[in-house]
Amino acid sequence: MTSAQPNGASVHQPDLIHAQPLLTLSGASKAFGPVQALKDVSLELYPGEAHALLGENGAGKSTFVKILAGVHRRDSGTLVMGGQEQPRTMDFHSPADARDAGIAIIYQEPTLFPDLSVAENVLMGRQPRGALGRIDVKAMRARVSGLLTELGVPLDPARPVRGLSIADQQLVEIAKALSLDARVLIMDEPTAALTLQETERLFRVVRSLRSRGAAVLFITHRLEEVFSECQRVTIMRDGTWVSSGPIADYHTDLVVRQMVGRDLGDLYPRGEATVGEVALSVRGLSQPGVFRDISFEVRRGEIVGLAGLVGAGRSEVARAIFGVDPRVAGEVRVGGHVLPAGNPRAVMAAGLGLVPEDRRAQGLVMDMSIERNANLAILNRLTSGLLMNRGAEAQNAQQWTSKLQLKAHRLTDPASSLSGGNQQKVVLAKWLATNPSVLIVDEPTRGIDVGAKAEVHRTLAELAAGGLAVLMISSDLPEVLGMADRILVMREGALVGELSRAQGSEEAVMYLATGQRPGAVDGAA
Amino acid sequence: MTRSDPVPTPTSSTPPGLLTRLLRAREAGLVGLLLLVTLGTAAINPLFLGVGSVRDLFLNVAIIALLVVGETTVLLMKHVDLSISSVVGLSAFLSGSLFIAHPGMPIPLALLFGLALGAALGSVNGLLVAYGKVPALVATLGTLYVFRGVTYAVVHGGQIYASKLPAAFLTFGTGSTLGIPNLVLLVVLIMLGFGAYLGSWRGGREYYALGSNAEAAVLAGISVTRRTMTGFVLSGAIAGLAGVLYLARFGTVDATAGTGLELQVIAAAVVGGVSINGGVGTLLGAGIGALLLGVMGSALVTLRAPGFYQQAIQGALLLGAISVDMLVSRRAAKHLQAAPERDGRTK
Repeated sequence: MTSAQPNGASVHQPDLIHAQPLLTLSGASKAFGPVQALKDVSLELYPGEAHALLGENGAGKSTFVKILAGVHRRDSGTLVMGGQEQPRTMDFHSPADARDAGIAIIYQEPTLFPDLSVAENVLMGRQPRGALGRIDVKAMRARVSGLLTELGVPLDPARPVRGLSIADQQLVEIAKALSLDARVLIMDEPTAALTLQETERLFRVVRSLRSRGAAVLFITHRLEEVFSECQRVTIMRDGTWVSSGPIADYHTDLVVRQMVGRDLGDLYPRGEATVGEVALSVRGLSQPGVFRDISFEVRRGEIVGLAGLVGAGRSEVARAIFGVDPRVAGEVRVGGHVLPAGNPRAVMAAGLGLVPEDRRAQGLVMDMSIERNANLAILNRLTSGLLMNRGAEAQNAQQWTSKLQLKAHRLTDPASSLSGGNQQKVVLAKWLATNPSVLIVDEPTRGIDVGAKAEVHRTLAELAAGGLAVLMISSDLPEVLGMADRILVMREGALVGELSRAQGSEEAVMYLATGQRPGAVDGAA
Repeated sequence: MTRSDPVPTPTSSTPPGLLTRLLRAREAGLVGLLLLVTLGTAAINPLFLGVGSVRDLFLNVAIIALLVVGETTVLLMKHVDLSISSVVGLSAFLSGSLFIAHPGMPIPLALLFGLALGAALGSVNGLLVAYGKVPALVATLGTLYVFRGVTYAVVHGGQIYASKLPAAFLTFGTGSTLGIPNLVLLVVLIMLGFGAYLGSWRGGREYYALGSNAEAAVLAGISVTRRTMTGFVLSGAIAGLAGVLYLARFGTVDATAGTGLELQVIAAAVVGGVSINGGVGTLLGAGIGALLLGVMGSALVTLRAPGFYQQAIQGALLLGAISVDMLVSRRAAKHLQAAPERDGRTK
């Protein structure tokens, strides 16, 4: 597990103690009707620092950010912006006010104009003008080209934003922040959808912004990033401030304890597995250009981790096993029976379930009720005659959601009303209702907070202990190392190695996944 | 923050944007089709390119083309204005009544009256959509019937006859300046002005921004409500002006004047490359679209095609245009996603 090694702090660290804070928000509170979303929260941001804002989902981080963004107005508290100038007390009435004060927000999903050019996206509403107020397109492109060069990203300012990767879109947002002379950058889970290389590039840009005296407020669920990139940290829980301080005073367990407010027990509750007979057997699975000659087995009671870089072909293997994607060669057996290719219905009937990577797009029907979602995979069992049996529906949903300790107001609420962790439990409930013997989970805890993560892990461990065979695809290395009995590693479409629980270490997995010595990953990737 | 110490980076060349090139290709394609239809028809019947019939063609297209200006502005915002044909009808009838009551009224005043009436009617749409948050399709479908109903009530079975209108006004409607019909000249000037505004002024670009991503528009400090309101008022005002020109062109007007124009106008804009999903399209393209539909219509008349074929062919053209759009944008999306690798951007 990651320890408190602030190696990113050595890049460039202005003297935080003697500098004037750029931004001081003290005693901020906000209520929405009867719900107190934020209670007396304070934060100071210093020039040149990367500051992590941590908390579980629902801790009030989003509300806090929206107050700084001018989207919500705080009920009480004071905001002072300073830096080189005389500190001034601020009151934002709109996002434009916050923008003018030098605060830029970069959301997880950038909000850009897909049909307009990169240049126009950066300078919308502030395009350079020539005679009669006509937009000077040349000057606009030159200006943005300069900004992108400063950031070290060779994007064509004239190309439309449509088609850019999320990572490139974030950089367009950062260029926008630069063009506004923003001194405070707030990034809301910026790395959640990025690949390893893209994340590294983002951090390079962030370091260069910091070295010019900007303050960066980071919201993330990835604690490794906090310890490697941030100098200070603020932790929130249930809408209140818990603690703030230099990163050196913290370690992972302390952070987790403060975020959750109780001892989580073990984040990876995995005992010795009692392994039974082979449940899933894959032989020579190939799909040209995607993956080739994949062979492995998963036994009852076992959790097998499938690790590798994003794009190594892990999810594609899972989809081919499940029959949603075609496979050209190879054989898949569940409990000894050969599964037909390209027939998910038959695969489900044979006892295999797939919890997909993107629960919002692939796992759930967001507008449908929790109950309906939980029953989706067993609709035929819940019909009497032509109609759905409402009683059976409610009963089945009730049974599984209570078994997984789902926290929901009502089971008839839409799935979109749940937090990420609870949404994932609904997807799990849906598959468990089919009574599978093999469950493939793809990135089971991506984007969910640490408390919910521990619960998902506990559920998986219990299921395995009950005899389920679990294949777990995950890019979260500590998760793979903590949960899996065996680790399979894929690189560029091929299975390149297998590690036992005892052999598993971050270095060993990364070595197999990249084909490089750990230290060389950065330069060569 | 200060901007010293720039990070060294490979400089990127800036070829014309892919989207611009695609749009240009789109417009070139339309012009090609236009030439094909025109020359093909002329080869069969040389009279098609006679001075008289070309003049008629342009006069017929002028009013549609003018309405396309307002409709494009609204379509760019990812809204739609169905009520324009009823605004045309009401404006044509009321300005006719005004002329009959005051035969000496100067023509610019009549045009201003049309603009003001249209703006007032457009502001009803604007209030419903921008402030009431009623979907534009529903709001303007409602006002399409309401405004038409008002026209029937006002007209009360009557009619405006060309013989009762002042001669000066009818001369304006049928006359020419420098050999170009007055109406065509006026419409071309308005299109050029508006085209430049939408393309190269901050206010004009906001319509694109709004239709492309309304949420991002708010974050960019654009007042979405006000911009939406302005768009509908503009569309109404232009329809009101078109009503006065309709009267000048045809002279005789009853309560059904302009019925069905809205769909022709939307068809012209879409054929011309304006996306019904907002944010994409130019007035140049939309204008060519209007011309193409007009040329098709009159070519079919010249070729003595039965009337019902004309509608079917217009419809087919619309479907063709939308299919081409989807194909092109899907290709473009693929192309754009593949682009980073080629530019060596993934490091």
